[in-house]
Amino acid sequence: MSWILIPFKIIGSYTHRFIRELGRMACFIAVSLFWMVFPPYLLQRVIKQVHFIGVKTTPVIVLTGSFTGMVLALQTYYALAKFGAESSLGPVVALSLIRELGPVISALMVTGCAGSALTAEIGIMRITEQIDALDAMALNPHKYLIVPNIIAGILSLPLLNAIFVVLGVFGGYAISVGLMDLSSGTYFQGIRDFIKTKDIFEGLCKSLSFGFLITWISCYKGYFTGYGAEGVSKSTIQSVVLSSVLILIWDYFMTSIMIL
Amino acid sequence: MIKVVDLFKSFKDHEVLSGVNLTIASGCSTALIGGSGQGKSILLKHIIGLLRPDKGKVLVDNQDISKLRRRPRKQLKERFGIVFQGGALFDSLTVFDNVAFPLREKTRLKEPVIRDKVLHELSRVGLSGAENKYPSEISGGMKKRVALARCLIMNPEIVLFDEPTAGLDPLIGKAIHRMIWECQKSFKFTALIVTHEIPAIFSIVDNIAMLYNGKIIFTGTPEEIRASQDPVVHQFIHGELEGPISLK
Repeated sequence: MSWILIPFKIIGSYTHRFIRELGRMACFIAVSLFWMVFPPYLLQRVIKQVHFIGVKTTPVIVLTGSFTGMVLALQTYYALAKFGAESSLGPVVALSLIRELGPVISALMVTGCAGSALTAEIGIMRITEQIDALDAMALNPHKYLIVPNIIAGILSLPLLNAIFVVLGVFGGYAISVGLMDLSSGTYFQGIRDFIKTKDIFEGLCKSLSFGFLITWISCYKGYFTGYGAEGVSKSTIQSVVLSSVLILIWDYFMTSIMIL
Repeated sequence: MIKVVDLFKSFKDHEVLSGVNLTIASGCSTALIGGSGQGKSILLKHIIGLLRPDKGKVLVDNQDISKLRRRPRKQLKERFGIVFQGGALFDSLTVFDNVAFPLREKTRLKEPVIRDKVLHELSRVGLSGAENKYPSEISGGMKKRVALARCLIMNPEIVLFDEPTAGLDPLIGKAIHRMIWECQKSFKFTALIVTHEIPAIFSIVDNIAMLYNGKIIFTGTPEEIRASQDPVVHQFIHGELEGPISLK
């Protein structure tokens, strides 16, 4: 092959692999959504996975939510003080948390905690033939493994987001009232005046879509993992990186759609 | 009856199966032998429908498993049982829950009935008392027996064994062979056993098939394979280093 064609061959090969991967991901989620609709509905598996994704991530969400609210209050107070607008601290902190930081940071935490664990678990099931065993027992692996995780992700993320936001608002309150001598009434009155139901709804919509995205990517990467421990390790890294990047990209698109 | 007709399968550029033809009679036990990496497990996975052939077909009672629609395919799969090489036990479940798993997921039996069945099955494979252990806490031989119990609890018509004695000491291996033989004789299921245990396997099966270079090069009874003059078969079953099979 002529050396002139080599770059085209490399670009073509990468493009082909990228498109094939996208197609496989689309087929994977299409099959999972198909099985989500049809009975039997494995309620117990869903509850178990809500416990796995939701309950086990709660301590991390509690910590990150509180400290995010606290640092946000500190930084915002510093900026607002320059304009003499300290009384707006409450709504600024709450708006940032409800519309943006709550959904995004809680989704990133779930990706790190539960998403990586999901990929590793499903990946190990793949390499030790446990998924084949399910299939051989005439149990649909999508129905049994993937669907409960996706439903659990969709249910858990909005709840985790709500915990994150509430604790963040109270963390901000602790800093504003305890450290910056802002009155309690000013902090909460501002929140009451400026936060609309639409803001809360949009934040919850974001976290719901992130729950879908995280479980989709994590399950997909685990289901099509490579060979051996190295394959599972690579899939887990890819799952965390891809989920995190997609969360931020998807967040931008959702925000622009909701604001415009 | 299971009939494999002109089956081809490649992974990337490597052709593993290149026109396999094999007939497995109902109610009989057949051993599938062949060198490592010859595609025995791949053939097994085609028979149970876990892999789709590039070309050719697998007929189970004249039904092509890869062409069946969802429901008949599921019904056909329910007639199968498989014991995987590593056991493929669910590592987050105890031995008891592993064996109970197919009953809980596929039947509407009450828990006390399931308990009785599982304990009976575990005692049959000599694992009474191990029901609360996790797969990581038991030996390789015990794992294989749990996998056997999980497979047999649904009374399958066709059972596939993927190297059921690999990595086990000779005594445990012999005990597992005897267990397979006893179960096969009492339940009359069709058994296909992928194995390297030569000549031990000859005493427990009705037929032998040998896979070499992606094709079945021999089918016959244990007596016939012992008497075979085919140089490849002869070298393989006698474990000779000199001969047409090159060591890679």
